[in-house]
Order: sequence, then structure tokens, then C-alpha cells
Amino acid sequence: MTNTQTIQFPASTLDKVHEIINRYPEGKQKSALLPILHLAQAEWKWCSPEVMDYVAGLLKLSPVEVYEVASFYTMFHLEPVGNHVIEYCRTGPCCLMGGVEVYDHLKAKLGINTGETTADGKFTVKEVECLAACGWGPVFQIREQFYMNLTTQKVDEILEELSK
Amino acid sequence: MKILTEHIDVQGIETIDVFRKHGGYAAVEKAIKKMTPDEVTEEVKKSGLRGRGGAGFPMGMKWSFLAKPEGVPRYLVCNADESEPGTFKDHYLMMKSPHTLIEGMIVSSYALGANTSYIYIRGELMYVATILEKAIQEAKDKGLLGKNILGSGYDLELYVQLGGGAYICGEETALLESLEGKRGNPRNKPPFPAVKGLWQCPTVVNNVESIAATPWIINNGGDEYAKIGIGRSTGTKLISVSGHVRKPGVYELSLGLSVEDFIYGDEWCGGIRDGHKLKAVVAGGSSVPILPAELILKTTNGENRLMTYESLSDGGFATGTMLGSGGFVVMDETTCIVHNTLTFGRFYHHESCGQCSPCREGTGWMDKVLYRIEHGNGRQEDIDLLVDVAKKIEGNTICPLGDAAAWPVAAAIRHFRDEFEWHINHPEKATQKGAVFMREGASWSL
Repeated sequence: MTNTQTIQFPASTLDKVHEIINRYPEGKQKSALLPILHLAQAEWKWCSPEVMDYVAGLLKLSPVEVYEVASFYTMFHLEPVGNHVIEYCRTGPCCLMGGVEVYDHLKAKLGINTGETTADGKFTVKEVECLAACGWGPVFQIREQFYMNLTTQKVDEILEELSK
Repeated sequence: MKILTEHIDVQGIETIDVFRKHGGYAAVEKAIKKMTPDEVTEEVKKSGLRGRGGAGFPMGMKWSFLAKPEGVPRYLVCNADESEPGTFKDHYLMMKSPHTLIEGMIVSSYALGANTSYIYIRGELMYVATILEKAIQEAKDKGLLGKNILGSGYDLELYVQLGGGAYICGEETALLESLEGKRGNPRNKPPFPAVKGLWQCPTVVNNVESIAATPWIINNGGDEYAKIGIGRSTGTKLISVSGHVRKPGVYELSLGLSVEDFIYGDEWCGGIRDGHKLKAVVAGGSSVPILPAELILKTTNGENRLMTYESLSDGGFATGTMLGSGGFVVMDETTCIVHNTLTFGRFYHHESCGQCSPCREGTGWMDKVLYRIEHGNGRQEDIDLLVDVAKKIEGNTICPLGDAAAWPVAAAIRHFRDEFEWHINHPEKATQKGAVFMREGASWSL
């Protein structure tokens, strides 16, 4: 989908890019890579090769420097995703609080497995490791928002709200 | 005693005006106007404050290692990459009271002679980064950050850097690699960051909670801080509590409280959830050894176990554990230790950066073997195989992730071997939904 469009940040985001680059000493603009990949993902939902090439150009890096970084960190999606990416925590403390049951319910409700996207393109489900919210588990995250103390009923309510 | 969280529930404490009404930024005034950087460092040394990220290394001593060559910039980097399973204290503190960290960053940067500092926060906490950036802007508007702070001639720029989702970046040299825009592969040490850190310049990396404690130390003196706690465990500690207690959450306690009071006291966890019994605790984040109920409450000498670095590690790994990051995971009798160990094993497998073979291959093996035991396909020799793999990872890697992966598996087998055997010998029973092994005569058995 992205390769049919021109990959170019809007002007306001470009200003932000320059502000970020200025946080580091001259010549150390590579440090801006993670923050700018986050901006790119916010703009285009996932980090396609075209998006990564564009980011490489902005930071005067070779494309492989961007690929190797984007593929190391779990937050960057290297495949297309749905409108809402639900990332649920599968680590011990959330499981103690009934996480497995809640996540099974989530996947059954959407009719997809971990890593898949619903046919209507609305939801992607991913399993992630500890989200640093263990006392409020089970937990999942959709972009920056945390959904805590989840129950199967809460999951239903959240999905209904997001489907509107 | 509350140092970090005294005002945390005050309405509006995230705003600079309310924060200042409750004594906020007094330490910046005092440090910058009345003290030299070395005097600030001296107070932190006297406080005995130990790194709160998990390693427990004396913070003042770490500061004193910082190289100070002429004409080379020095950096302070705050490690807000909190990712150790069971730990969410920094998340809580930054989200509720961002200025507590910002004030600490200013005081600490001044002590180290840093004119640019970074808070490296895990990317998943994007909303907290926004809270911090707002607080930074407020502090700037009041002349507490930026050029010529409070007319002193001291300049400090403070930035928030988002990570990308990688536990390994909590290791300080991996964090610096990440901050340089690279994969989070830990560096070989030496050179240590104090000599060659961020962009090869002298750098100190400290945890959020450690940095946030410095304003109180400056206001009240290092000696006063050292009076709190017991022995070499000075001050207060934030404990993240999760699992089967009545009141999970983040608690600030004076080091030295007994574990029993902490678990059962109404002021703290409030006891195990109704109708259930304590089975085991992981006291300091997923990497520290799990202990069964009787060993977390009392040492083998019959002494009450205390919330201190020393008491929790009493008995070594045979019968003790570690305070670590203070991620306190409480499990009742419904907990399957094999399943919990599998989630930890899977975690470390997923988070290994892949640089060192023992960790890259070993975590994969442990994950795979734990998976087959949990799913009813375990073999008799699997338990010893797990112990063997854990031994071969431990101590054989560049960074401590290898140890962190090995310890929880080894400890689970050390204290709950019968549970692993039961899974292997009774796969039909063990794989039934909710099935948990009950040890005959154990305090948690039904």
C-alpha cells in the first residue's frame, strides 16, 4: 500500500525530525533513528522497505543500517498491520492473573491467531513480553494506550468500542 | 518512611506549581547555588544509596569513576528502560510524579558536570515520555533547565529518548548502543561507560529510582539517608508487587521491613487473596531465584527474612535469592511453577540479543525443553538437561542476560523439582486445564 504513495513526512513532522536530530552532537544524527522510526510508524502504520529507505535518506544512513535496527526491536512492524494493533503481555505475572484465558478469549472473539490480522483489516493481535505493568495485569496495549486488569468481559467492551 | 512517593497522590503533583508547593526543586536551588559538584557527589556517597535498577552497586562510587578529561563532554543517561518481568515501579513513579525524576536529573547532571542528559525510556511507555516532556518544558519555563540555570552559569539540556522494545537495552552498554541508533548489543567491558560511554565520551547510566532519590539526599544530607535502613541497605526502596496478593501495586518501604510484614501487613500487600495460601515468591524481578513460602519468610537459620540486599541473599542461591529490581511476584497454591518458569524461559529466549552463543542457543534450548515438559511431552532426562544448559550459560556471556536467564530455571528446579517430575510422569493429569501439583505436607497444599 505504501509503495503506491509518495513517502514523505508532512511539514510538521519534518520539523519534529529536525528538532530530534538537534538533540545530539553534530554528526551523531544516527541517534535519531529509533525516535524517527516511531514517527514513521505513526504515519504509515508499519515500516515497509520504502519507509525505511526514506528514513535512511533523512538521516544520511545506508538502508541496511535502518533495516538491521528496525528488525531488532519488537515495536517496529515489518509487515502490514490492521488499524488497531493489540499487543498483549504473555509473561509470568500477567499469566498469574488469568492472562492466558483472557488472551484466548480475545483471539477467539476476533477469529485470529497471534500475528494475524482480521479479514476486515481492523485488528492485528501480537503477543509481546512484559510491558512493565505487572501489578495491573493482565494487560494489553494498543499504540500508546494501556488496557489493564483485563477480564473477558472488558475485552468484549474494548473490542466493541473500537469496532464503532 | 517515604522519600520518593510522599506526595505522589497529591492532586496535580505532575504540574510544576503543585510539585514546588510540596518542596519540589529545593534541591536544585541548594545544589546549584550553595554546593560544588564534588560536594553533591560526596553527599550521595555518604548516603550509601545503591543502584536501584537491580545490580545494587553504590551510586556515589559509580559517579566517582567518571573520567573527566578536559574538553570532552560528559553525559548522564537515565535508564528508564524498565523491562524486568515483575517490575513496574519506574513506570509508576514517572507517570505519577515526573518532576521527581526531572529534579533528580538536574541535581545529578550538575554533580557530574554534564550539560546534556538523556532519559532513555522503553518505547512502550510512549505516554509516559509525553508526560516527562511536558514536565521538562515546565521546568525550562521556570529557568530550572536550559541555559544559565537559576543565574548560576550552569547549562543543562534534558531529552527523552524512546527505545524500540528490547529488554536487553536495560543493560547499560546495550542502552548506549541503542541511544546511538544501533541494535542493542551489549559492549565488551572494559572500557566501562565511565571512561568510554555514549559516543565514546565518559558517561554515567543510572536507574530512574536512584536518580529520583538524589534530591532528598541533597535536601537532608547523605548521613540522614544512611540512617534509614539496615547496614549496607540504606534508604527506601520501591517494590513492585504483582500476583496473588490482596493489594498489588507499588510500595515504598524503608529497607529492613520483614518480608512477612510486607506480604501480610494491611499497610502493604494485605496478605494473600482470600481463601488461598502463599506458595512461592520471586522477590526481585524474574531473573532472581524463586523461593518457596518457607524460605522467603525465614532464612535457614530461622531468622526472619528482611527486605534488604543482605537478608534476601542470605544462604546464597542454595536457600536465598536477591533484592534485584524489587519486582516482587507473589504466587499462591494455584500457580503451576512449570508454566511460570516456561514464561520466564520464553521471555529470555525472546530477549537474548543473539551475540553470545551460550545465551542465544542456551535460552532457545531451555525454552524448548520447558515447553515440552509443560505440554506433556517431557522426558526423564529433561530436568537434568535444563540444569546442565543453565550451568553452561551462566558466566559465559558478555552481559548478565545469560545469568538472568539461567537463574530462574535452575532455582525452579532446585526448589520445585517434584513439580517438574510430576509433569513428566503424569502428562495426562498435568496438561489438564488448571491442573497444579500439590506437594504432600507443604504449607500451601490443600
